[in-house]
Amino acid sequence: MTDVVIIGCGVIGAAAAMELSRYRASVLILERENDVAVGTTKANSAVLHAGYDPKPGTLMARLNVRGNRLAMEYCEALDVPYKRCGSLVLAFSEKEVGTLRELLDRGVKNGVPGLEILTGDEARRREPELADTVLAALWAPTAGIVSPWEMCLAFAETAVKNGAELRLNTEVTGLEKTESGWRVRTNRGDVEARYVVNAAGVESDLVHDMAAHHAFDVKPSRGEYYLLDKAEGNRVGTVVFQCPSERGKGVLVSPTVHGNLIVGPNAEPSAREDISTTAQGLDFVRETAKLSVPGVDFSKSIRNFAGVRANTGHDDFVISVPAPHFVDLAGICSPGLTSAPAIGEYAAELLAGEGLSLEKKEDFVFTRKRIRFQELSPEARAELVAKDPAYGRVICRCETVTEGEIRASFDTPIPPVSVDGVKRRVNAGMGRCQGGFCGPRVVEILSEKLGVAPGEVVKDRAGMKILVNETKGGGENV
Amino acid sequence: MYDLIVVGGGPAGLAAACSAWDSGLRSILIVERDRELGGILNQCIHNGFGLTYFKEELTGPEYAHRFVELLSKTGVEVRTDTMVLEITGDLRIHMTGPETGYRVEEARSVILAMGCRERTRGAIGIPGYRPAGVFTAGAAQRYVNVEGWLPGKRVVILGSGDIGLIMARRMTLEGAKVLACVEVMPYSGGLTRNIVQCLEDYDIPLYLSHTVTDIRGRDRVEQVVVSEVDERRRPIPGTEMVFDCDTLLLSVGLIPENELTQSAGIRIDPRTKGPEVFENMETSLPGVFSCGNVTHVHDLVDFVTQESQRAGAAAAKYVLNGPAAGESIALRNGNGVSYTVPQRVRPENVEKVFNVFFRVNRIFGPSRIVVSAGERELCRFKRDRLAPGEMENITVPVKLLEGVAGEITVSVKEA
Amino acid sequence: MRELVCIVCPRGCHMKVDDEWNVTGNTCPRGAEYARAELTHPTRVLTSTVRLEGGRYPRCPVKTAAPVPKELLPRVMAALDEVTLRAPVHVGQTVLEDVCGTGVAVVATRELTA
Repeated sequence: MTDVVIIGCGVIGAAAAMELSRYRASVLILERENDVAVGTTKANSAVLHAGYDPKPGTLMARLNVRGNRLAMEYCEALDVPYKRCGSLVLAFSEKEVGTLRELLDRGVKNGVPGLEILTGDEARRREPELADTVLAALWAPTAGIVSPWEMCLAFAETAVKNGAELRLNTEVTGLEKTESGWRVRTNRGDVEARYVVNAAGVESDLVHDMAAHHAFDVKPSRGEYYLLDKAEGNRVGTVVFQCPSERGKGVLVSPTVHGNLIVGPNAEPSAREDISTTAQGLDFVRETAKLSVPGVDFSKSIRNFAGVRANTGHDDFVISVPAPHFVDLAGICSPGLTSAPAIGEYAAELLAGEGLSLEKKEDFVFTRKRIRFQELSPEARAELVAKDPAYGRVICRCETVTEGEIRASFDTPIPPVSVDGVKRRVNAGMGRCQGGFCGPRVVEILSEKLGVAPGEVVKDRAGMKILVNETKGGGENV
Repeated sequence: MYDLIVVGGGPAGLAAACSAWDSGLRSILIVERDRELGGILNQCIHNGFGLTYFKEELTGPEYAHRFVELLSKTGVEVRTDTMVLEITGDLRIHMTGPETGYRVEEARSVILAMGCRERTRGAIGIPGYRPAGVFTAGAAQRYVNVEGWLPGKRVVILGSGDIGLIMARRMTLEGAKVLACVEVMPYSGGLTRNIVQCLEDYDIPLYLSHTVTDIRGRDRVEQVVVSEVDERRRPIPGTEMVFDCDTLLLSVGLIPENELTQSAGIRIDPRTKGPEVFENMETSLPGVFSCGNVTHVHDLVDFVTQESQRAGAAAAKYVLNGPAAGESIALRNGNGVSYTVPQRVRPENVEKVFNVFFRVNRIFGPSRIVVSAGERELCRFKRDRLAPGEMENITVPVKLLEGVAGEITVSVKEA
Repeated sequence: MRELVCIVCPRGCHMKVDDEWNVTGNTCPRGAEYARAELTHPTRVLTSTVRLEGGRYPRCPVKTAAPVPKELLPRVMAALDEVTLRAPVHVGQTVLEDVCGTGVAVVATRELTA
């Protein structure tokens, strides 16, 4: 019997698992996919929002502001790339200047520190590439950027290091109330649990319905993005938003912690799994972004992608206890990434309210470190290569990722099982050639480490095989 | 301290090093990131290399082997499995490799011979899903020819660059069905002979003025949608064709790989995307030379070899005799010309003639290539046909530049 | 009159062959030779790979040492499926003698150390 089963290992499930792993309770995370962080967590704006957007008094407001602080604290402790670079919300009309005042007011009520309304010129002094048409801007110094998948990985790894169990490729198919809690039905057998946490992302409404009366619908909203070459990475130094509308926070232009520029998203209703991009969507993103930062050079695009957000139509997260011993961490739309650590904390509180005993572990491990060859000094590099020659061989030339780093990722609590899994752990394939050069080499290493033929190696999800068959197969090929 | 460090051991680096040795340099190091010399030629197992230079038809690995043999007769030092990470403005070369370790070497001169990389899906912005089954043609080539794995069975190829055409034939021979080759321009980007022997030989249709407008399939490519484009290369609604396939190969252009060049503060020509060079392949940083696909993308390795030999000889001259002298004249791109290499010429540094390599920006019928200084025509060259996919080359006597200051223009005039 | 593009070299001459087998549009004698052959018994050099054991890579590139009849290419490919080399392999090393009765050998095109 497990104390707590967490359904879903995106950043929310991972944050809840990490939080619970501080205590003596046993934790089991069930993830449908072959890796963590592969849903909304891997495809979003990668921003740590300051917290002036949510309506004062909402859970979202409280969790956002606290999450912002915790996320940076945790990233610092767990070696997750982040930067407190601040954000600007731009106003292009007097009406929008009014919106800025509203946001400022909300932010102050929400407890966001350091907010300030700048004139257009003041904003341009901070960000010289902003459009001349910018009349004013809301400056939020506590906003930041982060590597979302590494944050999720770090949380999940920390949970596992502290005793939580992660079962991948395990899809929950049903929930049954038992005397002591829940029977969790999965494609790989049943699990008995005292408590269940629903962190199923864009499918959190479906999981909710397995345990309680229907209460909300996730209305998935797809956002499309551009990721631009590092040559564009300095176009702005802060997160540049436009005024939010009923459709979301609008198109942003932001640096990434990896040195690129990210531009997006739009917001269109979509199917839960629809992560395709469209010509119209990308056109919209491009044209809209140019209003903020006209100089963005989209010919430097290295990747387009789309992510689906778990909107519900409510202006708050759906976090509650709709059935005994069952906690919803549902409808986690933006600012979910920022709020994640605070949501994790709150989940523990709710479980305690349901009777879970929260007895702290003495030996909770809260450190994580990985070698990032690219960031080392020449002296440190020389020393490292002398010690382990695998760190001398560069596999991903765009991001200067070495074989040593890739091999080391297999010795972490949650080793990669796919080419994109390697990418999320060590950045190989993230750069301007998008894996054209390192792809075959990463496949070779995966094949060796996983003990499978190259043809069995997948790009990302199970089933995404890269190669079809060996050549020289004779008649069977033709 | 080396007299010369050559960055890259592909065809450009090999020819440059051999030539620098022949020109008298004795302390030369080649740094190659792969485990063998030869660069991308090792995976280009098709033939057609060497017709100009060796007067015979070789495969890529054979062509590379010729130069590796030549190199083995010199005292040039080679470090394979070693990647150069940085070149500083004062010619300190940071490199790393499992055997090499991390080290910083100093050089009197440097030859940049890093080659190029392929443009990707992100660079051309094809909408749709991001499933497995989308490859650059070069990555597919490596899988098939070196690793022995077929990356797909039913293939659509976007772009009619030579690697894409070659892979159409190669994958067909290995049992795949290539359904179409799709080119956004109204003309092919590859050599005509490859259209004939790679597509026509195997009845693979070529759709000019078409592009891929959607990729379908969440886990693996299931379909690609191909649309006709208008003269501004915008897809025309209603022209969509759907291909059921599991693979999309991209052969949509090559980009010189100049991150190191930029780290050294060397000036890049936005048109070639390579360093600006003088007549002897010297870059804007004295003592640093550049040759092969890192300078501008070539169609034929034979020309890479010749260009690299000039760079090698020039590096030797630089080290042995000191910097090149003289005022320089800029080459401007006139009508029909999209770039020239070199971008600048120093007449004092030219013995008799200098070569100008360039590409045209559209197809021309019978035409003349004109080199002029202001209103004055200096020389002209006749051609029956000019195409963007085929690099042009003219030889200009330096004495024609007497009295010319500032710049000359290369242009194409249709007859 | 037949028209064809020469594939002998990258120049890609557009050639015409009349009923008397006179070739025009070529810029070298090899073009004329190719044009006549192409219209009577087309041939191609085949480049491919064969299995390799004991080397760094599992395949070794090969070619037919001379052009072989175009219609035999699938059969030559099938013959190559049956070949397994053992490293080391040298450039020019014979892989198959007289492939498919063509009188042409298949040779290795890359040095591959053990």
